[in-house]
Amino acid sequence: MTSNDVMVRVEGLRKSYGTVEAVRGVSLDVHRGQVVVVIGPSGCGKSTFLRCVNLLETPSAGTLQVGDRTIDFNAAHTMPRGRDLARFRARIGMVFQQFDLFPHMTVLGNVMSGPVIVKKMREPEAEAISRNLLAKVGLADFTARFPRELSGGQQQRVAIARAMAMEPELMLFDEVTSALDPELVGEVLDVMKELALEGTTMIVVTHEMAFAHDVADHVVVMDAGQVVEQGPAADVLLQPKNARTVSFLARFHSTIGERKS
Amino acid sequence: MAYKWDFGLVLSYANFWMKGLGVTLAYSVGTVLGGLIIGVVLGMLLLSRRKWVTLPIHFYVELFRCTPLLVQIVWFYYALPIVLSVELPAWLAAGLGLTLYMGAFATEIFRGGIISIDKGQWQASRALGMTNGEMMRHIILPQAIKRMVPPFVNQSIIQLKNTSLLYVVAVPDLMYTGSIVVSDTFRPLEVYTSVAAMYFAILYPLTLWAKRMEAKVDQ
Repeated sequence: MTSNDVMVRVEGLRKSYGTVEAVRGVSLDVHRGQVVVVIGPSGCGKSTFLRCVNLLETPSAGTLQVGDRTIDFNAAHTMPRGRDLARFRARIGMVFQQFDLFPHMTVLGNVMSGPVIVKKMREPEAEAISRNLLAKVGLADFTARFPRELSGGQQQRVAIARAMAMEPELMLFDEVTSALDPELVGEVLDVMKELALEGTTMIVVTHEMAFAHDVADHVVVMDAGQVVEQGPAADVLLQPKNARTVSFLARFHSTIGERKS
Repeated sequence: MAYKWDFGLVLSYANFWMKGLGVTLAYSVGTVLGGLIIGVVLGMLLLSRRKWVTLPIHFYVELFRCTPLLVQIVWFYYALPIVLSVELPAWLAAGLGLTLYMGAFATEIFRGGIISIDKGQWQASRALGMTNGEMMRHIILPQAIKRMVPPFVNQSIIQLKNTSLLYVVAVPDLMYTGSIVVSDTFRPLEVYTSVAAMYFAILYPLTLWAKRMEAKVDQ
């Protein structure tokens, strides 16, 4: 692949909070249209890493390239600020564990919020885009509802539509099914699978190993703030080489096996 | 011999009472609005991470919250003109004291309302690419203001009662008017009972309204 295909390039990324270093030198390339799944035990720094990619957290060191924009955190004053920072984030969609929909807006209002508030798009145009996306996530009939009237799975699908309405170059998913009742996980994963099939570039932090196995092009295993193993999904998940990956995956292998048979 | 109540004399001062009532209401509305402006500006500034911005504001808020309002009014009346070496009429000195007092509470109410908004709302707004201004205007404030209204109305009700302290610096509010009528009629029982009744007549409906609004916000 040529370097033009690189959507995200992370090199030596670090993030510390005081004396605690949550991310300790992570490097990763994500190519256009690729689905990268990041797995690892709780507290391994995978969510912090993800939040560094759209600068919700300010990395302490390393470089981050998203599209044509490169930021070097080793050099002083290259961290974008204000409007520049907002524009950087506008190109990256993010979905969170707790959905974080805006409770004072309807479902439609939530999805329109990005295009209207950030892109200053005219309302009819934003509404058309939003209605399309809501239909795509199976919520065409829920546009006038408020978030509190929806199930967790429905709310999370709205959150995905809200992020997609900005037509992002990259989507970040931060444990988006962890807060859901088990029977609602599937509907959210299905939407994500569809996005993956359409060629959306995605970085997904998840504990859903079956999803990783079925959808990921590339799997990254993190432990204690570092990448301990990465490679094609089938290799990493079914023939892990690193001892820590093996022990982490041990409790999931039965599930993947079941799905394969 | 049992005391013989006679409100007739009190009522004959109707014009006087109306003026006093007007002063009380004017001070209440004026200082509440002034305090609101102070609260919005300082409450917003308190969100700053810069210590040199937040420290003086915290100092102001605590100074006014931790000293009696009566002391503040008297201080503004007697001491401020000397400190600033300008002549301050009583009505202005007292109004300034009341306004700054309300402002201190309003600042806390405003800040409290904003920081009560879940951090997920902030991160979701930022992740969509909103600037701080867009996030405040469209996401945070619409939710926060709803939560600020009940405590602000409650503080305004307290403020209306507090205006009775203006009496000590001879601002002719309802309470001061009462004292004048007493010295005229020698009927303190009827006069101060009437004063209390007038405060109650204004404040009780306001309290009911505040309660109803609080219940509405809780939904």
